[in-house]
Amino acid sequence: MSTVVAEGKTWGGGNQPLKVSYGKMMMWFFIVSDALTFSGFLAAYGFSRFKFIDAWPIADEVFTHFPFLHGVDAPMYYVAFMTFVLIMSSVTMVLAVDAGHHLNKAKVTIYMFLTIIGGLIFVGSQAWEWNTFIKGDYGAVQTKGGNILQFGHYVQKDGEQVFKRVAVRDFAIAAEHQDRAQHQSKNGIWYVDEGALPNYTVDEVIHGLQANKDVLVRTQIINEEGEKTVLSREESINQLTKNGKLYVEGANLHVNEYGSPLFADFFFFITGFHGFHVFSGVVINIIIFFNVVLGTYERRGSYEMVEKVGLYWHFVDLVWVFVFTFFYLV
Amino acid sequence: MAHEHKLEIFRGLLKFKSNTQKIWGVLIFLTIVTVVEVALGIFKPEALMGKVLGMKALNWIFIILTIVKAYYITWDFMHMRDETKGLRRTVVWVAIFLILYLIFILLQEGGYVFEVYDNGYIKGDF
Repeated sequence: MSTVVAEGKTWGGGNQPLKVSYGKMMMWFFIVSDALTFSGFLAAYGFSRFKFIDAWPIADEVFTHFPFLHGVDAPMYYVAFMTFVLIMSSVTMVLAVDAGHHLNKAKVTIYMFLTIIGGLIFVGSQAWEWNTFIKGDYGAVQTKGGNILQFGHYVQKDGEQVFKRVAVRDFAIAAEHQDRAQHQSKNGIWYVDEGALPNYTVDEVIHGLQANKDVLVRTQIINEEGEKTVLSREESINQLTKNGKLYVEGANLHVNEYGSPLFADFFFFITGFHGFHVFSGVVINIIIFFNVVLGTYERRGSYEMVEKVGLYWHFVDLVWVFVFTFFYLV
Repeated sequence: MAHEHKLEIFRGLLKFKSNTQKIWGVLIFLTIVTVVEVALGIFKPEALMGKVLGMKALNWIFIILTIVKAYYITWDFMHMRDETKGLRRTVVWVAIFLILYLIFILLQEGGYVFEVYDNGYIKGDF
């Protein structure tokens, strides 16, 4: 008899063994599955990196820019700023949740608004970061095997010989006569065209290298000291003339002047997927913000919706913490 | 509505008076960790370049600090600290187990492919 009663209690419905509402629990489970998706991407990045462990681009040589500071070498400062913005917007979010528990509509409104602003600053920063990465800065030559040859020269700095990168546009000698013009669809069959041609041909880069006696080639192989290998003058000219195939500037899904194209592919895919999460988070936050302003949750007597989007928003921050580590630090 | 928050962090070493205060406390902690990470990333101290378990000591520090940050974001911002044990374990253990498994397999395989290239079975540098 007593077991029947107990069973009725346990299985009769209306129980909340985890002491959370259905919606909140499902948000948690969604977050688990989304976390696994991101882990899949980051682990795949790790796979490719381990595959090219001796030739992977060094992140703080790639992301060295800061808005409005041109020519200043500022590795990672901007990403650190972005990280801080996202953590800060997480804080305003959790303050909104806290104000929601106290049914304080005015405070929830303000904090939700600040969270949205933080999210927008972050997405904007990411767009800037992409733009800088796509444009590139020094230019490089891709070899037949798909490797990257970069250029630079030794300069005296504090009594030491330091290798400093040189942009290809500063030493390449542009030929007066261009062999190739971009094929546009208006010049032939209407459905045949091609993308923009590289700014320089490999021959022009070779002529520039021969004319500038101090410029050397740097390969993507990482040496014992954890730096990229610099070739001797003779080897430089030899390597470039023998293997050079294509001048590349910046990065896209096919080529990457900083090293392995896979680095660019993963960068675009993972930060893009994360940026998409931030963007959708901002949209959801805006919807909830208007619901708060309209007093929907005030009438409902519970601000749990704020808590649920809060969970999503914190998750986005959590993912960024990992993306930051694996793309920029490690 | 009664919302109970556990207000101490660092295993009770630091106890806050209110939930709001705890949030700011955690923010300060996370900021310090991030600043340390960025400073280490920029200066790259020579002493931390030695290998520990096949990876640079510095990289281990980065990964550990990241997990520390993830812990405080989940526990205090997402209020995992206040949830029941059952929910906490369902979410955290499942994710951690699957992620560790995935990472192990993919990194192992990546290392193997590198060896194949490195030992000259496939030519990659031309």
